[in-house]
Amino acid sequence: MTLEEKFKELKKKNEKALIGFITAGYPTAEETTKIADALIRGGVDILELGLPFSDPIADGITIQRASESSLRAGMNTDLYFDVVAGIKGVEKVCLTYYNLVLQRGLERFVNDCESAGISGLIVPDLPVEESKPLLKLCEGYETDLIFLIAPTTTEKRMAKILDAASGFIYVVSLLGVTGAREKLSDTIHPLIGRIKERELSRDRDVPLAVGFGISKQEHVKTVCEVADGAIVGSAFIRLIEEGLRSEEKNMLREVEAFAKSLKDETKIA
Amino acid sequence: MLSRPDEYGKYGIYGGKYAPEVLMSALEELEEAFNSFYSDKSFKEKLDKFLRTYAGRPTPLYFAKNLSEMCGARIYLKREDLVHGGAHKLNNTLGQCLLAKRMGKKRIIAETGAGQHGVATAMAAAVLGLECEIYMGTEDIERQKLNVFRMDLLGAKVNPVDSGSKTLKDAINESMRDWVTNVENTYYLIGSVVGPHPYPLIVREFQRVIGKETKEQILEAEGRLPDTIVACVGGGSNAMGIFYEFLEDEEVELIGVEAAGKGLETGEHGASLCAGTEGVLHGMYSKLLQDEHGQIKQSYSLAAGLDYPGVGPELAYLAESGRVKMHSTTDEETLRAFEMLSRKEGIIPALESAHAVHYALEEAKIKVKERKESLIVVNLSGRGDKDIFVVEEVLGDKE
Repeated sequence: MTLEEKFKELKKKNEKALIGFITAGYPTAEETTKIADALIRGGVDILELGLPFSDPIADGITIQRASESSLRAGMNTDLYFDVVAGIKGVEKVCLTYYNLVLQRGLERFVNDCESAGISGLIVPDLPVEESKPLLKLCEGYETDLIFLIAPTTTEKRMAKILDAASGFIYVVSLLGVTGAREKLSDTIHPLIGRIKERELSRDRDVPLAVGFGISKQEHVKTVCEVADGAIVGSAFIRLIEEGLRSEEKNMLREVEAFAKSLKDETKIA
Repeated sequence: MLSRPDEYGKYGIYGGKYAPEVLMSALEELEEAFNSFYSDKSFKEKLDKFLRTYAGRPTPLYFAKNLSEMCGARIYLKREDLVHGGAHKLNNTLGQCLLAKRMGKKRIIAETGAGQHGVATAMAAAVLGLECEIYMGTEDIERQKLNVFRMDLLGAKVNPVDSGSKTLKDAINESMRDWVTNVENTYYLIGSVVGPHPYPLIVREFQRVIGKETKEQILEAEGRLPDTIVACVGGGSNAMGIFYEFLEDEEVELIGVEAAGKGLETGEHGASLCAGTEGVLHGMYSKLLQDEHGQIKQSYSLAAGLDYPGVGPELAYLAESGRVKMHSTTDEETLRAFEMLSRKEGIIPALESAHAVHYALEEAKIKVKERKESLIVVNLSGRGDKDIFVVEEVLGDKE
C-alpha cells in the first residue's frame, strides 16, 4: 500500500493517522522489533524508523541520546535494513540524514528501502533545492520522498515543495528541534491554513501530518482536527528510556498503552 | 575562478545548502542582506574603520630574517597574530556582527573549538552592543580554559556542549539547533568557511583582507609576487583569506597544511582534504572524515582549531582542481616549528599556524638543495599564548 492509499483508507474509517517514530537500534536491534510490534498493537498506522546519524542537527536531546546509544550498540545501514524488513503489519517510513543516503549510493539506498518494505523516506537536511537526484530515483520506486514544511517556509518555497511532494507532507509545528513539549505550538493552525490554500491553488492534495513537540493525547486531538495525521517521536523514546531505567515497569506494555491512548484521539467521533 | 560560488552556492560539486527546512528562509534572508550591504559604501567604510582603529589592521608582513638565514629562503610572515584578540578571526566576526546589526538581529550565537572564534565573536558583539552566546564542547572547555575565561570577561555566555565527541563539530550541531529554535531574532555567526551557503562565501569575503594586504606588501618589499603562500587548514578561513587574491596569479603556488595529528596512517588526524571522502555535514557537500556508512569520525589534532572532520567547500574545490596543493604536518613536527619560531624570531605562534611554519621550513630546505631561490609567505594566523599549557604538558611528558 502506498502512503497516500493508507491515508485514504483511514479517511473511509473516519480516522486520522497516528504516526509513531522510534530510533532503530535503540536500545538494541532485537528490542526495536519488539517495540515496533508494541506500537503496532497500540494502533500506530505509520511507523517512522530512524536510521541514526552521528550528527543529527534537526533533533533535540531525546533523539540525539537514542541515536548515540544505538550507534554505540552497533547499528549501521546494513543492519538497519535487515531489522526494518522484519517489521510487518504497518506502513514503514525511513527517517535519516542525507550523508547516510549518499554514502550507500542513492539508488542502492532507495532500492534497499523498497526491498525492506519502506514506503516513504524523510531526509530532514535535504531541502527541495538539493533533492532532485534523490527525488528522480524515488519516482522509479515505490518509495515516496517526504518533504517538510516549516512555519518559516516562504510561499515561493512552499509551491516548490508541494510540486515535489508525495506520500505526505511533514508539517513542522514549531521553530526548533524534535522533542516532547508541554504545550502545543500555536503556529499550527495558521500554517496548515496556508498550506491548504496553496494546495488548492496548485490542485494538489497531499496529506498533511504534523510533528515536532507532540507528546500528549490532547495534542494529537487538536492536531487531528486540522491535519491528516499526528507524528509522535520523542515521547515514545522517553517512555523507552524510562522503561530501561526502571525494573518494575513493563516498557513494552507501556509503549503499547500510550500508543493506544493516542490512537483513540485520531478517531473522529 | 573568481565568480564562484554559482547561484546554488556550489563550488564545482561542493558547497550547497543542506539545511533543515526551518533555516532555509533565514539562509535566503542572509544571502540577500549580505549582497545588499556588502556592496554598500557606508557598510564598507564602517567595517574598514573598525578593522583599522579597533582590530589593528593592516597587519605587518614581517621578513623573518633569522629564519630565512637559517634555511636559505626568503620567508615572510603575515602577522595575523597581531590582530586584536590574537588571531585572524576578528576580521570575520566584526564583518558579520555589523551585518547582523544591519539586519536588526540583537542576539549573536557562535560555535568555537579552540575558543579563538568565540573570543573574537564576544569582542565584536561587545563593541557593537549585541547579546552573545557561545557553544563550546566540554572537551575543548577543558583544553582551553583561558579562552573560556576571556569570553566570560567579555560578557558572553558560554554554553557547554556535552554531546557526541564534545568538540567543535558538536558545538556547531548545537549552534544550529539553537538557530533553528531562535531563528527570528538570532544571527548565527559561523567562524570558518564552512556550513551551508552563503556562509562559506561571507566568511571568505570578510577574510579576503589578509590576501589583499599581503599582495600590496610583498610587491612593495620584494617587487614581485611570492613563489609560495602557505596557510594551515582546519575549516579553512585563514587559508581562503590569504589565497583568494592570488588565485589567478598562476605562478604563485598555494599550499594548505592540514593537521596530520599522530600521523595520517593512525587515523588520528584532522586532514579532511588529504585523507577524507566526499559527503554532507553541517549543511555543506565537502570532504569529510567518515566511516564507510557515512557516520562522521572523530578528528584529532593537538591544535584545537584544526580538530574538525570537515573542510570548507571552496577549498575542497580548489584542492581538487589542483590550484591549491594540500599537505599535512604531524603534532610532533608542529611542536618543532613552534619552538623554532619562538626562539629564532621571538614570536610564539598558535599551534595551528605552526603547522604552516613547519611546511615552509621544509619547502625552503628542498629549494636550497635544488639551488633555487625561493620567496615564501606564511600566514601566521594566530598567536600561541592560548597553547602554552598544552605545549608544556606535551613537552613535559617527554622530558
